[in-house]
Amino acid sequence: MTDPNAANSSIDHYDTIIIGAGMSGLAAGIRLAHYDQRVCILERHYTIGGLNSFYRMGGRDYDVGLHAMTNFAKRGTKKGPLAKLIRQLRFRWDDFKLAEQIGSSIRFPGVSLDFNNDIGLLENEIAERFPGQVDGFRSLCDSLLDYSDMDGADERFMRSAREVMAEHISEPLLIEMLLCPLMWYGNARENDMDFGQFCIMFRACYLEGFGRPFKGVRVILKNLVRKFRGLGGELKLRSGVSKIHVEGGRAVGVVLDNGTELTATRILSSAGNVETMRMCDDITEVDVARAGKLSFIESISILDRMPQSFGFDRTIVFYNDSDAFHWKRPDDELCDARTGVICSPNNYIYEDDEGALPDGVLRITTLANHDRWCELPEAKYQAEKVRQYDLAVASSVRFMPDFRQYVVDTDVFTPKTIRRFTWHDNGAVYGAPTKQLDGTTHLPNVFLCGTDQGFVGIVGAIVSGISMANRHCLQP
Amino acid sequence: MTPAEIRDEILDILEDISPDEDLDDLKDEVAFREQLELDSMDFLDIVMELRKRHRVQIPEEEYGELASMASTVAYLEPKMRDIVKT
Repeated sequence: MTDPNAANSSIDHYDTIIIGAGMSGLAAGIRLAHYDQRVCILERHYTIGGLNSFYRMGGRDYDVGLHAMTNFAKRGTKKGPLAKLIRQLRFRWDDFKLAEQIGSSIRFPGVSLDFNNDIGLLENEIAERFPGQVDGFRSLCDSLLDYSDMDGADERFMRSAREVMAEHISEPLLIEMLLCPLMWYGNARENDMDFGQFCIMFRACYLEGFGRPFKGVRVILKNLVRKFRGLGGELKLRSGVSKIHVEGGRAVGVVLDNGTELTATRILSSAGNVETMRMCDDITEVDVARAGKLSFIESISILDRMPQSFGFDRTIVFYNDSDAFHWKRPDDELCDARTGVICSPNNYIYEDDEGALPDGVLRITTLANHDRWCELPEAKYQAEKVRQYDLAVASSVRFMPDFRQYVVDTDVFTPKTIRRFTWHDNGAVYGAPTKQLDGTTHLPNVFLCGTDQGFVGIVGAIVSGISMANRHCLQP
Repeated sequence: MTPAEIRDEILDILEDISPDEDLDDLKDEVAFREQLELDSMDFLDIVMELRKRHRVQIPEEEYGELASMASTVAYLEPKMRDIVKT
């Protein structure tokens, strides 16, 4: 059955065209195809995943994006975003089989807080390092918004997270330390965070925790694509949308980069808010200042041994080299390595039958400036990748054992790489600071999903695709 | 379909959208929400599955009729009376 409301039933007509084959677009596609819509996902790149992708180089598998999946839940859990997406997409728990983290740390000069998927550990750590603050930490936990308040309607959603935290916690260093992982894993706003976004990330990282599929992000993407295609969905790669064609105040279809025209009853775009507006042929100028600015460089090291063999068992380390955590785009430099994230995919509790990953791997993520990277001439760009790798690693080994003598191979991706994979302005990783939570646009049949609509991260993006499909594309 | 067949069909849908729930002890007179971890997304799924499987259209203002098994079966009976169970 095609959409009964479809005005046009010609063979090239789709009920819904989805722009972008990342997590959110694929999830939305599954929902719509499951309910018998004719759906086409258009992806500009030659591969799926967008921000969360994977590649193979020199005989090794690499992940882009995924350090950890947040929102960990044990098999059979009924509540929370992971359970929700498994149900909504009709997956089995085994399709998302996640190994739990060993444990992660927040490291600032002279003080470290460990946490894992049991909030009790973080609470104990705070009681030990900041004895006067643990009651405040508990009352902060009690004041968190629930996921059901996350449509932005609650007036507390847009409050400053720093302000709310200061009502509970009087030690500024603890506030900085607690914010560091949450900003790193999902804050598009510089310096501060919306309290609503803070609550989402607090639940995702501290209350639910981290997990990872043994084979990385490719498992999730392959499951999504297999499901989508199995339901009759069409996926077109190398099919960038150059234009959304608007007639009489409605979108009627899209024009691809190669000139092909496709029509649709509605369009769901994960391309980003500003990026989608730019495609609409009824709009001549977009407000680029609304686009997100935060982008990263990632320095990947392949080691000749496992990190645990030299005493490093942390799944993720969030570090910052002073008492003040600076969360902003570096304006005058390519990168800012004062703060960073160290991730080892080896340091998860995999099942015995899965064994161990083939190589020791350390990934270090630091803040970077998209425009400065993109201005570099090619030779200089290549040279800077090497130089910035060295700087990021040198910064990180202040917070973990020095591993530089064990490195056998390296790779670096930059904001320029992220831009190429995602086509998002500024290589923005977490989208625009101000989200379009209801997913609407100036057109009645064009909707947004993905990082500019709502939740970020892998689970967040999938939930975004599901909820926008349900809200705007399914109900007749 | 008879009311008993409609009930089986609803159980089948519930199993599909919520495979980890134990439906054996489901009480027909008690609201789904009080017994199962169902939210608005799941109720949308019940509506959508009925539409997909049986072409049964349920207007949004009548979603409230699906509160419990008993009310759901009573509400669907006239709509599904002429559907032959396959």
